[in-house]
Amino acid sequence: MSTAPAASSGDLRAQRVAFVVMVAVLAVAPLVIYPVFMMKVMCFALFACAFNLLIGFGGLLSFGHAMFLGSAGYASAHAAKVWGFNPEFAILFGTAVALVLGGVAGLLAIRRQGIYFAMITLALAQMIYFVALQAKFTGGEDGIQSVPRGRLFGVIDLSQPLAMYALVTVVFLAGFLLIWRVVHSPFGQVLKAIRENENRAISLGYDADRYKLMAFVISGGIAGLAGATKAIVFQLASLTDVHWTMSGEVVLMTLLGGLGTIFGPVVGAAIIITMQNYLAQLGAWVTVVQGVIFVICVLAFRRGVIGELGNRLKKPL
Amino acid sequence: MRTTFKLAAWAAAAALACAGPAFAQVSDGVVKIGVMNDMSGLYADVTGPGSVVAAKMAIEDFGAARKGMKVEVVSADHQNKPDVGSTIARTWYDVDKVDAIFDVPTSSVALAISQLTREKGKAFINSGAATSDLTGKACSPNTIHWTYDTWMLANGTGSAIVKNGGDSWFFLTADYAFGHALERDTEAVVLKNGGKVLGKVRHPFPGSDFSSFLLQAQSSKAKIIGLANAGGDTINSIKQASEFGIVKGGQKLAGMLVFISDVHGLGLNTAQGLIYTETFYWDLNDQTRAWTKRFVAQNNNKYPTMVHAGVYSSVLHYLKAIEAAKTDDGTKVVAQMKAMPTDDPLFGKGSIRADGRKMHNAYLVEVKKPSESKGPYDYEKVLATIPAEQAFRPLNQGECPLVK
Amino acid sequence: MTEIFGVPTQALFGQLLIGLINGSFYALLSLGLAVIFGLLNIINFTHGAQYMMGAFVAYLMLNKLGLGYWWALLLAPVVVGVTGVLIERLMLSRLYKLDHLYGLLLTFGLALIIQGLFRNEYGSSGQPYQMPGELTGAQNLGFMFLPNYRGWIIGASLLVCLATWYVIERTKLGSYLRAATENPQLVQAFGINVPLMITLTYGFGVALAAFAGVMAAPIYQVSPQMGADLIIVVFAVVVIGGMGSIMGAILTGFGLGLIEGLTKVFYPEASNIVIFVIMVIVLLIKPAGLFGVQK
Repeated sequence: MSTAPAASSGDLRAQRVAFVVMVAVLAVAPLVIYPVFMMKVMCFALFACAFNLLIGFGGLLSFGHAMFLGSAGYASAHAAKVWGFNPEFAILFGTAVALVLGGVAGLLAIRRQGIYFAMITLALAQMIYFVALQAKFTGGEDGIQSVPRGRLFGVIDLSQPLAMYALVTVVFLAGFLLIWRVVHSPFGQVLKAIRENENRAISLGYDADRYKLMAFVISGGIAGLAGATKAIVFQLASLTDVHWTMSGEVVLMTLLGGLGTIFGPVVGAAIIITMQNYLAQLGAWVTVVQGVIFVICVLAFRRGVIGELGNRLKKPL
Repeated sequence: MRTTFKLAAWAAAAALACAGPAFAQVSDGVVKIGVMNDMSGLYADVTGPGSVVAAKMAIEDFGAARKGMKVEVVSADHQNKPDVGSTIARTWYDVDKVDAIFDVPTSSVALAISQLTREKGKAFINSGAATSDLTGKACSPNTIHWTYDTWMLANGTGSAIVKNGGDSWFFLTADYAFGHALERDTEAVVLKNGGKVLGKVRHPFPGSDFSSFLLQAQSSKAKIIGLANAGGDTINSIKQASEFGIVKGGQKLAGMLVFISDVHGLGLNTAQGLIYTETFYWDLNDQTRAWTKRFVAQNNNKYPTMVHAGVYSSVLHYLKAIEAAKTDDGTKVVAQMKAMPTDDPLFGKGSIRADGRKMHNAYLVEVKKPSESKGPYDYEKVLATIPAEQAFRPLNQGECPLVK
Repeated sequence: MTEIFGVPTQALFGQLLIGLINGSFYALLSLGLAVIFGLLNIINFTHGAQYMMGAFVAYLMLNKLGLGYWWALLLAPVVVGVTGVLIERLMLSRLYKLDHLYGLLLTFGLALIIQGLFRNEYGSSGQPYQMPGELTGAQNLGFMFLPNYRGWIIGASLLVCLATWYVIERTKLGSYLRAATENPQLVQAFGINVPLMITLTYGFGVALAAFAGVMAAPIYQVSPQMGADLIIVVFAVVVIGGMGSIMGAILTGFGLGLIEGLTKVFYPEASNIVIFVIMVIVLLIKPAGLFGVQK
């Protein structure tokens, strides 16, 4: 839905600078900001980055991404609490579940394009929601509670806030860099080509469906990584994470930050989570404000925050 | 001699200096109370802003200002979701320095908060939730369960109905911790008293259309349809049941958890004859009536439910315990609350058991006919008083690890 | 008592009837969505919120103006339809040149705004709305008590659905509409005011949603959340029926309601997801939908 030109060395430098700034902020933040809040921002930023991979670079609007966040969260919570996995294995297990789900859902959704694709992802996610509601192990309305933080590698006690924060930062940066790598790779180029003109890409010999499916699986897997980590941080996996409003929120974060930009989803997630935090007292006004941001972004601010910034600087961010 | 005198003088001065402000050991000088409940959803009338009013009345009546104790109240809406509730609680404990959390209806949220409170060493005095697991499998040295629980409801209402001939049941259950616990406890009572359970069905929480579930209940031909739900769900189930001619067809509805606000929402015409159990009714005696008059003036003319009364009573006892223990460390205060007997104008004299269960009388009540009601909220007549020891689950049956 | 597949007929027919009632709402709502999608190529996510607004307008009309159910049935769709027209004129029309997904995002944002505003004002539990006096009571059908009002729902929905189908498929106005869907420029060249038609079509689709909302008010409680989860099921219905097919939306709506009712009898745990499962199956076999035409 947006056109980002191929990256030149000057562009890459701008992105590297932005990356360094981001890492610096993350390093300093726990000293001034409540670490649990920062961890929430990072998990959602990773979720939004994963979503953006699909829409910004693949041109596929998934309106059901919550299914990856939530089911990975349930899987990871269950593994940590009931099977006694160490946190790193619980997170890996959650991510694996999301990858498999991405494959299955992708096979079904890829068959259609555009609006139909979005509708199908929405309906599939709603199906997952109802499964989560009914299934015994998810605990229905109660969710999976009292998930142990555990000891990372059996040694590092994650109930210490800074230890947990360090792990989440590492996970976030790893996921972020993975997405960056995918975008700036031959695979990423083909994906963009398919987004621009699918028929031409096919005529050039690329199996468009396979590329789209791969993008869907990667996007779902990283969203799952975010969800699995979030379940360990908050020690809770609940229905909120599989509800379609969560799918809507990640769309909002990415749209606000800038579809198709690298850093947009991170900034978008930070803004939305901060807003939710500060406006929490006002109850349902949060929903109204989010709706207003949606409308404004669609009508007048389609490039998003980072998109506008990148436009001013003439460098893609 | 003079050295001794000097030493004594210094010692006295030092002692006086340490005594200082009366509640110096209270963390950062302020006792911060958090009232968390449902402010806008189906339990808003049962708990909601009324609980905050009750908490403030308790602080006033305790005389905090007079005694030099600084007490602050914050409140939040957990929207009946465990993740929202635990996020608020976490921020409250870590950032806002809240010392204790009160109220918290919706059992799934209550369980999450109880766990978190235990980890952080604070205090959680629950007035709004029902699950008897809070003093059973999930009991904690930092949690006290006030007002009521599913065991009391099941045994109060359940056994009364079975003994009166309602010996075949069908359950319509809210699909979350509370509904499951209530269904489990009531089923146990029915079976113990020689009754049968012909079937059960779970409805989503919160629900809106109960028609297909009610049809199933109707076709089961059970004498009693047990509504293991609360608040708006109970109101809607009862309304829709009358649409489908269930009561006309000879079956009876048993509201396992009914609050006076529900009766108000249904109207006496629909609600008359409903039998249920509660632990507070505003019209019990002169003391409850006097308190209610003050409460109503501050609560938009809405009368108190037993949850509101529970918040008042628990905040009062909490503050007394802080005064006695001279600290607001959660674990210590809860221990102190258990060590002191309770007394307040709403529940009378009572006590708190080792498993965190507050003991007080329960009342079996029936909703009056419209002709019998003489004034606003004059809805209930007390059929029987159940003494505390019989009203709540025996200490040794709860599987609480704290009780050995 | 006779039994079919081990289920007493009384229970079976009772649930089927309830399924038909649910199906009526599915049909009305998916009809509105199909009409809007057919002409504007926009998925109207606001549909659920507009359904809710219809119910609230009825509630407010009763409580503030003393106007009862029958007035509401007539006026609420008009009121909400007008808001729909405003939305289309002021916002949606700017998006026609862009990727259609932006329309989806806009209507999603509008749904959030509308639902949030109502939630702020009324909380999230429901307001009661009185059933109209003429329709209280029930018929004893032998196998169940059918409340009169629920019977009315089935009848009224069928009527409105068939009337809409007739207008679109069998009248001159309808043929202009269908032509404009195929080739708006050509139709405009013939002198027909296509933008006006688009605006009015959106308004009509929205009015259908509001009509469903008024019908829902007496039985489902008027609450800000009432449209939110329902709309997703309706999307699935529209995907199954084939987007853009009018008769498809109607038949699929009623049909899926019946299937959901049957599931509640034989396998109640699956009743929530059966429609989505059917959607998956249809997508595998016939991606354009049962009655759809591959565009």
